[in-house]
Amino acid sequence: MTWQGVAQIFVLLAAVAVLARVMGGYMFRVFEGGHTFLDPVLVPVERTVYRLCGMRADEEMRWTVYLRNLLIVNAVGFVLLFALLGLQQFLPLNPAHQPRVPFWVSVNTAVSFVTNTNWQVYAGETTLSYLSQIWLTVQQFVSPVTGICLFLVIARGFARHQTGTLGNFWHDFVRALLWVALPLAILGAIVLVALGSPQNFSAYVHATTLQGGHQLIAQGPVASMTSIMQLGDNGGGFFNMNAAQPYAGPNVVALVVQLLLGFAVPAGCIYLFGKMIGDVRQSWAFYAVMAIMFLAGALLLYHSEAVGNPIINHLGAAGQSNWVGKETRFGIGSTSLFENSTTAISWGSVAASNDSLTPLGGMVTLFNMMTGEVIFGSWGVGMVGMIAYAVLAVFLAGLMVGRTPEYLGKKIESFEVKMSVLAMIVPSFVILILAAISVLSGAGRAGIFNPGPHGLSEVLYAFSSGVGNNGSAFGGLNSASPWYSATVGLAMLLGRFPMYIPLVAMAGALARKQRIPVTAGTFPTHTPLFVGLLTGTVVVVGALLFFPALALGPLAEQFVMQAGHVF
Amino acid sequence: MTLRSIWSAIRLMVLSSLVLGLAYTFLITGIASAVFPQQAAGSLVTLHGRVVGSRLIGQEFTSPGFFWGRPSATSPAYNGASSAASNLGPTNAVLIAHVKARLQAFLKANPGVTASQVPLSLLESSASGLDPDITPAAALIQVPRVARADHLSPGRLRSLIQQYTKGRFLGIFGHPYVNVLELNLAVLRLRRP
Repeated sequence: MTWQGVAQIFVLLAAVAVLARVMGGYMFRVFEGGHTFLDPVLVPVERTVYRLCGMRADEEMRWTVYLRNLLIVNAVGFVLLFALLGLQQFLPLNPAHQPRVPFWVSVNTAVSFVTNTNWQVYAGETTLSYLSQIWLTVQQFVSPVTGICLFLVIARGFARHQTGTLGNFWHDFVRALLWVALPLAILGAIVLVALGSPQNFSAYVHATTLQGGHQLIAQGPVASMTSIMQLGDNGGGFFNMNAAQPYAGPNVVALVVQLLLGFAVPAGCIYLFGKMIGDVRQSWAFYAVMAIMFLAGALLLYHSEAVGNPIINHLGAAGQSNWVGKETRFGIGSTSLFENSTTAISWGSVAASNDSLTPLGGMVTLFNMMTGEVIFGSWGVGMVGMIAYAVLAVFLAGLMVGRTPEYLGKKIESFEVKMSVLAMIVPSFVILILAAISVLSGAGRAGIFNPGPHGLSEVLYAFSSGVGNNGSAFGGLNSASPWYSATVGLAMLLGRFPMYIPLVAMAGALARKQRIPVTAGTFPTHTPLFVGLLTGTVVVVGALLFFPALALGPLAEQFVMQAGHVF
Repeated sequence: MTLRSIWSAIRLMVLSSLVLGLAYTFLITGIASAVFPQQAAGSLVTLHGRVVGSRLIGQEFTSPGFFWGRPSATSPAYNGASSAASNLGPTNAVLIAHVKARLQAFLKANPGVTASQVPLSLLESSASGLDPDITPAAALIQVPRVARADHLSPGRLRSLIQQYTKGRFLGIFGHPYVNVLELNLAVLRLRRP
């Protein structure tokens, strides 16, 4: 480890705190009534959208109506994307003459991009036409915006009192697109082009290399897709190797820009929550919990990659770090930071081959996803998951002192606890059950690439990524096989809708309750004590649920590697 | 009520496809080609009017008179139209065998160099298979071979490497590196002044 590699983690976390404040304040004005500098341009556009689409954006909705509209938009998006991918060979902007997208790939990809997962069972540059990539871009705008709508409705459950309504879905959705997603994506894309990402519709370039060989170089509208894939925490890249492909990640400056794009809205949601409930101290408590877990993961991952693989180091070459599947310009430090970020935020863009991480490094990425993607998490849903953990934490604290738990002025009763636990059961249920079936079945085992305990890690990673709507992969796994296309597709759906719908229902119940005044007996939830309790809850829930699986996968491999054994 | 919502959602998604898909992408393409034409076209490098590659996309160098890049896991190596990593895990015997074989091959091609001088990054394949860069140490270790093959002085090559080395961003992000194609173009200029 170098001091530079450690320093950059702290610099990033400081930048994220600033982003949280700036973006959170801005989004509060966008969603909860206020003025922004973009209003003169965007308000007329917004009105036009409502008129063209026949939407009533001023009527308040009950949580059931809000949720129904959200599901309808997602369903329509799925059908449209699935159809357009299937028609690729008949449509224009296909200079590389990519043929029909196979059926399972279309299904899996449509689910993947609608659920904000961006799990990719295909390699972009060898499968998709430029137009198909553009259709994916549409979902890269729409799916994170769906996430922020889930967050807004749940946050209003705490912010509002004695009411049955939680806002207007069309208002939230269209404003998130126009005020947040589109301007930042345009800004990000232009910066990325300036830093080196291509943006064209040219045919793939034929080059005669310096020593006389022939090289075919993929082209395309790379910068526009990279910008929204990072901003929206989508992660589905233009190329097979995502941000590691030098056109998508031309240098470490571009990588830092992409990190900031990825953190912008999730961090903003932390502060936005505090603004909505009228107590920003709560936001900084949440930030502290996330930052502590992020820091622990980043340091362990970096340390493990810097120390490297003892079996290879034993061969006697210079240095010791694990360079397998990493790019020179990012180095070990920034690569580790990016891989920790991409799994902490439910993001999934990669700047390295995660399958080739050291066992402990890989375990950090797995654990980040297994928490239910609450260490920042993607647009809104990371905060939502953390709020569910907080409800559980105050419930636990209530049990200890024998008091009816309260949280943010709301009495937490059995319905709220049940809904929170229901949401938390989804990831563990999906990861453990589907991974168990996969390693027991021939079809599941056939898709594993690396032998030994690492093979189990590959399977665990696939379902953690799917249910966490992350989208990164241990790339050796044959994710395009029908078995993994279908099962990971199922995991993505379960991790999106069954995971968050109970929490929307909880918000509906909370909004109807009256506010309990703060008294001397109220358990404060903005103190270091609560930060410790909440961190402990996330870690203990994660550890209890997943420790046996992690022991058989990455931990076993770590011990085997230390002993110098290979498979 | 539901029918009305479905109809609104269909119109919204069609509008989104036009604005967020097509208009957004074409807008960025227009701005990019007007303001940053070189980057927008893929940072292509031409020599005597011929495209010899892209500054950003690594290409294969095997001849002793050029500096070599890192091992590539694409098929064939440095396939610019199909980025790929090896995905080999740390306890996979194939990975260890690959590193061993590359070390032997490197020592054979660079007489006088000992194993303990060869940086691991030259023996382990990159993430994209298209890594355009190597570390300064990985370039310096190749100086004797390139100097011999090209009849150039090692000192001039070393100062060339120093000249082409780029540092960390803000002093902390990333890793110092040398772009292999740019370095080799400079070597070519030294060879035929």
